[in-house]
Amino acid sequence: QPVAVEVLDHLEQLALVDFRDAEGVERLRKAIQFADQLHEVNTDGVEPMDSVLEDRCVYLREDDVTEGNCANELLKNAREKVEEYFVAPPGNIPLPKLEERETFLQGS
Amino acid sequence: QVSSALKEGRVTPTELCQRCLALIKSTRFLNAYITVAEETALKQAEESEKRYKRGQPLGVLDGIPIAVKDNFNTAGIETTCASNMLKGYISPYNATVVQKLLDQGAVLLGKTNLDEFAMGSGSTDGVFGPVRNPWSYSRQYKEKSVPKSHSEDEESNWVITGGSSGGSAAAVSSFTCFAALGSDTGGSTRNPAAHCGVVGLKPTYGLISRHGLIPLVNSMDVPGILTRCVDDAAVVLGSLAGHDPKDSTTIQDNFKPFELPSLPDVSKLSIGIPKEYHAPGLSSEILALWSKAADLFKNAGAKVIEVSLPHTRYSIVCYHVLCTAEVASNMARFDGLEYGHRSDMNKSTESMYAATRREGFNDVVRGRILSGNYFLLKQNYENYFIKAQKVRRLIANDFLKVFGSGVDTLLTPTTLSDAVPYREFIKEDNRTRSAQDDILTQAANMAGLPAINVPTALSERGLPVGLQFIGRSFQEKQLLTVAKWFEKQVKFPMIQLEEVKRHNHDVFQHQKSASFS
Repeated sequence: QPVAVEVLDHLEQLALVDFRDAEGVERLRKAIQFADQLHEVNTDGVEPMDSVLEDRCVYLREDDVTEGNCANELLKNAREKVEEYFVAPPGNIPLPKLEERETFLQGS
Repeated sequence: QVSSALKEGRVTPTELCQRCLALIKSTRFLNAYITVAEETALKQAEESEKRYKRGQPLGVLDGIPIAVKDNFNTAGIETTCASNMLKGYISPYNATVVQKLLDQGAVLLGKTNLDEFAMGSGSTDGVFGPVRNPWSYSRQYKEKSVPKSHSEDEESNWVITGGSSGGSAAAVSSFTCFAALGSDTGGSTRNPAAHCGVVGLKPTYGLISRHGLIPLVNSMDVPGILTRCVDDAAVVLGSLAGHDPKDSTTIQDNFKPFELPSLPDVSKLSIGIPKEYHAPGLSSEILALWSKAADLFKNAGAKVIEVSLPHTRYSIVCYHVLCTAEVASNMARFDGLEYGHRSDMNKSTESMYAATRREGFNDVVRGRILSGNYFLLKQNYENYFIKAQKVRRLIANDFLKVFGSGVDTLLTPTTLSDAVPYREFIKEDNRTRSAQDDILTQAANMAGLPAINVPTALSERGLPVGLQFIGRSFQEKQLLTVAKWFEKQVKFPMIQLEEVKRHNHDVFQHQKSASFS
């Protein structure tokens, strides 16, 4: 069962990665098919499990600053920066729509 | 043993370090290391030497050369996760486990190769190329391999290390270090350990800090330990385990490092043999070894019983959904803004992110991100993600039931077969391979249980085969005691690396009985 183009497009926008080619799309279809086996299992009355440590009270530290002041260190790894700022291209501009994007899905 | 040699002055930390570095150079064709930190390693070795001269070593690990998988942050040293996304990324801090090892005086030789972002079961899918199993070059393997034609040389016959911690496993197996850190999310430490003939320990989830380990699946990842013998694994575990305030998923119970009994006794134990681990595709060789192992325990007086973990076969599917979902979330941080690769695309933040990620991630990573996002869509959330979480509980409960009925440890195979040649392995895609290869190791991650691969015997092709023990939560001492007993029984042979021997006869002599405890 193929996945609808709208969904594929939606996924590309959510994930901000592209399918690249037919193989990528096929990979998703196979992944879904594989995951469908889960539905063979009867899980009536079973609670979902988030973590194996669910029965424990894990440690949360106090919300106090104990370290930091390492702006220079951290900025070293950023490509574009100005003084102590990371520089990003303009925001609030949505990804171009499917028809205008450079995506493999355009042909579908 | 090497630790006492250091203490007695029979060898110095700098000598040891230099020999390991030389060995790394001569085994470069294995491609086990991405980065070799020669300068800093020698400096660390010098510091260690000063301490030994003063008679004040920091502990058993002082001066011991180790390697770390390249998905652990190491201050001042490039950390790439074998991905273009992090090429050139110099960590500003040490992962907690790395810091702990350094605090004990260990000498960090370098970062080892892996599948990109630890996704894979072959250590073949990283941007620095695949890792070669040292056993491909062993006399034991060469004796058994029949070249199909005259034109085919050993170049094309080499076998994979397994993954994703293949570099670490190869490094330990080829004597370039005495212990290595890996990570284990679905079997990534135990699988390469089995294929490379080394001990691979996956500790209980929550025992060892994940702070600084670049995350794949937050609810399943653990740092893994690779060594040449079980005693060494216990020593490394002792220096790493314990609560870390920087990782709230580490438990707060006090951890007491332990020493294993020199004459372990298994006669009072109950060993479970889960029948579902007789998985389709399990080689008859491994099946026979598994059976022989069970007999060994029986003859020693242990109670050996067949048990059932009915949801075993769903563990891979469950993992597939939960893993891709968590990956979709964890990979979102890679946008090029603060670290890592950044695309030249400048039109908007979103298009820059998209281009950066298109350029930085390989097919495997992108595939998992997209699948994960699919399962997390509102219309799919209940049917896939929540469903998988429910199945996870069923799998964890299977284990609880079995351990609750009096079984102390489970004995299972680690892999379905011995290591396959690289040219065979790449015929199938990453997801298919992972699904096949993780089948025996994955469930332990699902349930958070400790598990260990112990090298058992050589296959008909002259390659290592290991068996796996799975223990109760936080009962590493018992698990390792059983493993040590078994290790003593099987007396796994040492690898006979010929080429390397020719070049480095001295190094080899010294590291022959190659444990440090």
